Amino acid sequence: MEPQAIFETLKGKFGDAVTELQSEGFRPAFVVVSPERLAEIALYLRDDPSMRFDSLMCLSGVDYKDRFAVAYHLYSMTHRHAVGLKVFLPRENPSVASVDPVWPAANLMEREAFDLFGIVFEGSKDLRRILLPEDWEGHPLRKDYKYPEFYHGIKV
Amino acid sequence: MNRPAEALPTQEMLINMGPQHPSTHGVLRVLLRTDGEVVVNARPDVGYLHRALEKIGERVTYAQFMPFTDRLDYLASMNCNCAYAWSVEKLAGIEVPERAEYIRVIVCELNRISSHLISFGSFTADMGAFTPFLYSIRERERVNDLFEMVCGNRLTYNYARIGGVSADAPPGFLEKTKEFLDYFEPKIDEYNNLISYNKIFVHRLANVAVVTADEAVAYGLTGPNLRGSGVAFDLRRDEPYSVYPKLDFKVCVGTGERGRLGDCFDRYMVRINEMRESVKILRQAIAQIPDGPVLAKVPRLFKPPAGEVYFRSECPRGETGFYLVSDGTANPSRLKIRTGSFVSMNIFEKVTVGLMIADIVAVIGSLDIILPEIDR
Amino acid sequence: MESFVHSLVKAVPVLSGVPMWTLTLTAMILSAAVLLVFALTFGGVGSYVLRKVAGDIQARIGPNRVGPNGILQFLADGVKLVLKEDIIPAKADRFLFALAPYFVFVGSFAAFVVLPFGVGLIASDLNIGVYYVMAVTSLVVVGVLLAGWASNNKWALLGGMRAAAQIVSYEIPVGMALMPAVLIAGSLSLQDIVRSQGGLLGVFGWNLFHNPFTFFSFFLYFTAAQAETNQTPFDLPEAESELVSGYNVEYSGIRFGFFFLAEFGDMFVVAALATACFLGGWHIPFLHAEALPAFWGNLLSLGAFLAKAFALVLVMMWIRWTLPRLRVDQLMRMAWKYLVPLTFVNLLGVSLWLLIFKGKGIPQMIASLFG
Repeated sequence: MEPQAIFETLKGKFGDAVTELQSEGFRPAFVVVSPERLAEIALYLRDDPSMRFDSLMCLSGVDYKDRFAVAYHLYSMTHRHAVGLKVFLPRENPSVASVDPVWPAANLMEREAFDLFGIVFEGSKDLRRILLPEDWEGHPLRKDYKYPEFYHGIKV
Repeated sequence: MNRPAEALPTQEMLINMGPQHPSTHGVLRVLLRTDGEVVVNARPDVGYLHRALEKIGERVTYAQFMPFTDRLDYLASMNCNCAYAWSVEKLAGIEVPERAEYIRVIVCELNRISSHLISFGSFTADMGAFTPFLYSIRERERVNDLFEMVCGNRLTYNYARIGGVSADAPPGFLEKTKEFLDYFEPKIDEYNNLISYNKIFVHRLANVAVVTADEAVAYGLTGPNLRGSGVAFDLRRDEPYSVYPKLDFKVCVGTGERGRLGDCFDRYMVRINEMRESVKILRQAIAQIPDGPVLAKVPRLFKPPAGEVYFRSECPRGETGFYLVSDGTANPSRLKIRTGSFVSMNIFEKVTVGLMIADIVAVIGSLDIILPEIDR
Repeated sequence: MESFVHSLVKAVPVLSGVPMWTLTLTAMILSAAVLLVFALTFGGVGSYVLRKVAGDIQARIGPNRVGPNGILQFLADGVKLVLKEDIIPAKADRFLFALAPYFVFVGSFAAFVVLPFGVGLIASDLNIGVYYVMAVTSLVVVGVLLAGWASNNKWALLGGMRAAAQIVSYEIPVGMALMPAVLIAGSLSLQDIVRSQGGLLGVFGWNLFHNPFTFFSFFLYFTAAQAETNQTPFDLPEAESELVSGYNVEYSGIRFGFFFLAEFGDMFVVAALATACFLGGWHIPFLHAEALPAFWGNLLSLGAFLAKAFALVLVMMWIRWTLPRLRVDQLMRMAWKYLVPLTFVNLLGVSLWLLIFKGKGIPQMIASLFG
């Protein structure tokens, strides 16, 4: 199924929660959905027989300067089609539902996004820092990240 | 003597496996909770090798990031190089000369062989048989010699360029590659005779850490780990890129030949068989390679149009994907690297429940993780 | 030992004035020193050979820097081990930590006392030789367990636990597999066992060829003994890739050296016992060693014994660099479900054979056919 068709199907099913299709210059194209209903939409995308997006290729946090986003790249092993799913989050207290129950592959990638962007994934079974030390301050991949001078008294 | 186990409670032991441990393939730390030798829970802790490559990626230009991809999976630098180059080319819509694509496929497949060799060798060393490891190193040296011919380096190659490769294959390279293939192909049978079907080895691996096909897909396993569970999915065939459509090869899958489908032995055998397929691909590529330029004209200050691309390619350790967000400037606004080993770690905690400590080593080896790729 | 002193006094009348016990003591110390030197040399040269064999099998060169062909490598290693700092972990049980290496070394070294190196070359021909070897080598378990416990390291502890379970389990098949030789000789003394294999050109008298059961018994013994002495593929207690280095992970310097020597000592003891009990011991093929003049008889029989034992040691090294390692549950299963029943059945078979054929072996019967 092409992203356009997926977008329209989703639009028909979830209405206003599906806001936009980013296709020009985007490969694969992104369906932008509202963070509130992400969990439902993800479950639908995985379980609907015409969708069957059983594989989460990649989950990434993105900082668009004015807002954050979480990009989900989905792939269907059954139908061999791909689509992107994106949610935009505010810079203050970014938080979105975890898709860990839908795709177990998301767990570590969500932890990584939490670690590097500070995006909170509600309902994640184990949301801790993963790449950085537990006591690291700040989230380095944010565009406004200030490099620390010292870490435990060691000059960085 | 039918006393229930609760009548004899034993304390669980907390063991720290790593970050310095001979069999964790780098600086992986696994926190083991064990009941004697039986693992109750094994929780991986990664990040000891984090070098902030994604942050660096935002600060350098597209071309400057190439050497950093060498440091992703240092055993398969060529594959990472090319994966990045393909991603940027897709973002900017650059046409790559055909000869360059063939050279890329040749070096990628050679690197796949050398990477699988290390995986095979270190895996057998983990199982206590040290000898095959040195055999695999011996063969890998010859691949490194070939890479030295083509780009001057033996570990971090930095060979691919956006729009092609840094230099044409030197005279004699293709012949030497052919010689290597003739030398190498019979060696695979030698490995199988030496260790693969050794009774102890099979008993150590069969039915250990079984991952079903559904689990493998859901947990995001890719590459040989996914195929080990019987899912015939190979990006080179199913999402063809470069010149792979012109090459004929088989997708190796696990068959459960010595135990249940998706056990450690299947994942191991997939790698052994893939080396054979890589030889096949290499022979075809060498026969088909055309003459011509190897580098497309790409402006020095290269600014791709604004847009977002996720491109994935088949690396020895699974799918390596680059998610590039371009805002039209000379450096990426976001560069996310999705690597096979990192996502593979998702399933680690699940499959290790109830195994023995010795099996943990087998699981790490059969998932073939490599830490620089996990920690980036 | 006392008979040796008696003959010495008879040969050198000057010594008759010296008290008997001093002479005996001196003789004891001297023979112990000879054995110790032998054990140390074997440990050193053995480690060199082990590495050269490893190099050969693994398509590489092996040590080649110290001395011609690296032959002095073991001296360099020895000097390094002695000079190295002896580190005792802060939270270790210092006394037990220091004690453990000696237990292990004594356990393997004490077995040398009853090994029949030649016609008259045996430090002490105990009438319970086989039993004695089984008993003193058990001391290794205590040492290994102590080392694992006292190190206060979880990997070491796991190694120690594995070693205890493994060695205790495999003592049974080892003992049972040696029994056929005892039955045939009718004695527990190793010297008697060797003598019982003398006939028929010094080859066909070997227990190995006595009957099908003893033939099988040799392989059972060799396998079980490999496990009892923690050799690959049964090197679980020190499994480098799993337990880092197992029970000796915290040891360094000369204390580690003792573990190292004990390992080689064990290797030799296993090979020597297999030689003595199944491969005719010091009997020289096609030559009657006992009939030769004492000097030549001893020298040649010593050569024959060492040649056979070293050949077995080489086989062990070969196995070591070929096979992967078993898992701990598989190891235990192998001992209790396969080796123990097999050795018992085997022992029964040998007993019945001896009963039915009146102690005659197959080669003997064939020989009697031809008069």
